[in-house]
Amino acid sequence: MKQTTAQVISEHSRDLLLNHKGLIFGQCLTAVGWVGGTIPELTEDEGLIELSMADVAGGSIAVGAALSGRRVIYVVRYQGFMWYNAASIVNYAAKSKEMWGIPCPIMVRGIGMDGSIGPVASGAHHSLVARMPGIAVAAPMSGQEWSSVFHWWMANDDPIYVSESRKSFEVIGEMSDLVINDADVVLVGIGPARISVTEAVKQLNSLGVRTSSFGLVWLRPLQLSKALLGSVRNAQLTLIVESDYESCSVAATVANRLWEIADGHVSLLGLDDRTAGFSRESDNTTPTHESIIRYILSFLDGSIATRQ
Amino acid sequence: MRPIRTRISEGCYRNQFQRQLEHDEVVAIWRQWMFNFGFELATARAVREKRIYVPTYLSFGSEHVPVSLFRVLGNYHLFAQHRAHSYFLSRGGSPESLRDELLGLSSGCTGGRGGSASIHAPDAQMWGHSGLMGDQVPIAVGYCQASGNKTLAVMGDASAEEDFVLAALGYAATKNLPILFLCEDNDFSILTPVQTRRSWNLTTVARAFGLSAFDICDDPSEIIGAAETLSNQLPALINVHIARGGWHAGAGSDGPPEWNRISMFEDEYSGVVGRETLKEIRTEEIERARRIWEQS
Repeated sequence: MKQTTAQVISEHSRDLLLNHKGLIFGQCLTAVGWVGGTIPELTEDEGLIELSMADVAGGSIAVGAALSGRRVIYVVRYQGFMWYNAASIVNYAAKSKEMWGIPCPIMVRGIGMDGSIGPVASGAHHSLVARMPGIAVAAPMSGQEWSSVFHWWMANDDPIYVSESRKSFEVIGEMSDLVINDADVVLVGIGPARISVTEAVKQLNSLGVRTSSFGLVWLRPLQLSKALLGSVRNAQLTLIVESDYESCSVAATVANRLWEIADGHVSLLGLDDRTAGFSRESDNTTPTHESIIRYILSFLDGSIATRQ
Repeated sequence: MRPIRTRISEGCYRNQFQRQLEHDEVVAIWRQWMFNFGFELATARAVREKRIYVPTYLSFGSEHVPVSLFRVLGNYHLFAQHRAHSYFLSRGGSPESLRDELLGLSSGCTGGRGGSASIHAPDAQMWGHSGLMGDQVPIAVGYCQASGNKTLAVMGDASAEEDFVLAALGYAATKNLPILFLCEDNDFSILTPVQTRRSWNLTTVARAFGLSAFDICDDPSEIIGAAETLSNQLPALINVHIARGGWHAGAGSDGPPEWNRISMFEDEYSGVVGRETLKEIRTEEIERARRIWEQS
C-alpha cells in the first residue's frame, strides 16, 4: 500500500532518531496530531525535544545542537514563523562551514498552511531563506520527493530548508510532470501550488489548450530539468505558479532563468501583494486551478500584454 | 584613578567567593594576563597605524576575566562574541593566527573572514560568532544539550538584553543543562549605560528562571571562587562587573577607566609574589606580545 507523505516523513524521522543519534526540536511536537502525523511518537530520551515557545531562541538552540555534529531536524509550525526563527539558521548555520569550516547539518521543516490562518502563518516563505548563501532549499510534495531530499541531507553536511505544506501530508504516490509535445502552455508549480497546477493542466488539455506541467523540488540550488527547458523554449506561455509572494521570490528567479531561453512569454502567479486576513473575503491563498485557467485563457485571447 | 563607582561597591558582594591565591597561581594568572594586555597594546598600535582596518574590539579592562575563568573551566567548550581576543589567547589559541586574522590574512585563525568579532579556535573548543549580538547564548545552550559537554557562554551586559538570550537562560534551567553563563558587565552598550536601558537586573532574572546567579567584582580571586562554586551548581550565571578600558571599538579611550584592576592586583599580591617579580613578568610578557606583532 502506498504511503502518504506524512508517513514517509515520520518513518525517516524515526530512523534518524533511533539509528543515527539524530535529534528533532520543535514546539508542541507531541501535541494532538504529532504535527500532522509527521513526527514519530518517541520520547525526549530518544531525541524528540520539546522547545519552549520562544521562536527566535528555539531556532538558535537547534542550530547549536547541529554544531555538535548530530543531525538535527527543526520543525517550524508555520512557514511565516521563519521570519522570527530564521536569525541563527541563515546567519549561523548557513555561514558556519564557510566562515569557520564547521558544518552545521540542520534540516529546517517549515510547514506552510493556506486558508483562514491569518497575516503571519499563511503561505510559503521559502524565498526568505533562498536568498542567503550556504543553505539548500527544497519544496517536496510527494513522499518520494521528501525521501530524496532527506537522503541528500544525510549524505551532505549542509543545512537545508524544507518548504513543506500541510496539503502535502495527505499526498499519496507521486506527482509526476506532464510533458506534451509542442505544448502551447507550460505550467511550473512550486510547493502546494502544484496541486492547483495538476488540476488546471487537466482542464486546460480537455479544453484543447496543449499544456505541459512541471514541479520544482530543488529551489536552491535551482534544478531545472532538460524536459522543462525544452518545453519552455517552444511554448507561447510559461507560467510559474507559487505559494509565496511574487516579489523578490524564488519564482521570480525561475522566471528570469526561463526568460533567457524562452521564445514566448514567461510570467508568475503567486500570492497577491497584500496581507492575508482570516476571513474568506480577505484571505490570500495559493492560486487556485480556476485562477490559473483564467490567467491562461486571458493570455491566449490577447488580453494580457506579452513580450515585445 | 577615579574611585570605584557605586555599581561595584553596592552590587558585587565582594567577599562571597574570594579566596587567597597562592604564589604559583598568582604568577600563572599574571603572566597570561600581561600577555593578553600586551597583545592588546600591540593591536591598538596596529589599529592606530591603520594596519588593521576592520572594527576592532579590544579587551582592555577584561583581559584577566578569561584567565581567571579558565583556571577552573579549562575543559569547558566556549561560545563568546566580539571582544574575545583575551578568551582566544587564554584558551590557548595561537597569537600569531589571531594577529594574522586581525590583519585580514588568510593565515588568520578564521582565514581572514572573522576579523576581530568572529574569531574561533577549533583546537581549543572555542566556537565562532556570527556577529548577531547574543546569538552565541542560545547556540551554546543547544550545543550543550546535544553534546553533553560542559559549556561556557560569554555575553556582555547589552547582549543579555536580547530576548533570545533570556529565553535561552530559561530553557537551560528547564533542561537542567551543564552550562555556565558569564556576563561581562561593563555597564555600557557602546556608551549607553545599563540604567538607561533597563530597570531589571540580570542575576535577579536568572534566579527567577531557576539558575544559580551572582553579581561579582572582577578580582581574579573572586572570579575563580565563583567559577569553582558555580561549576558544581550548573546551570548558573555570573555577572562580573568590569571597567572597560577603551572605546567600544577601536583604539581610543575617553580617559582612565572606572577602576584599574591591574594596579589593584599588583597592590594586592605584591606581598605574595613581590612587586619586582610582578614587574618583570609584566615587562617580559608585554615584550613577548610586541615581538609577535613585530614579526608581522
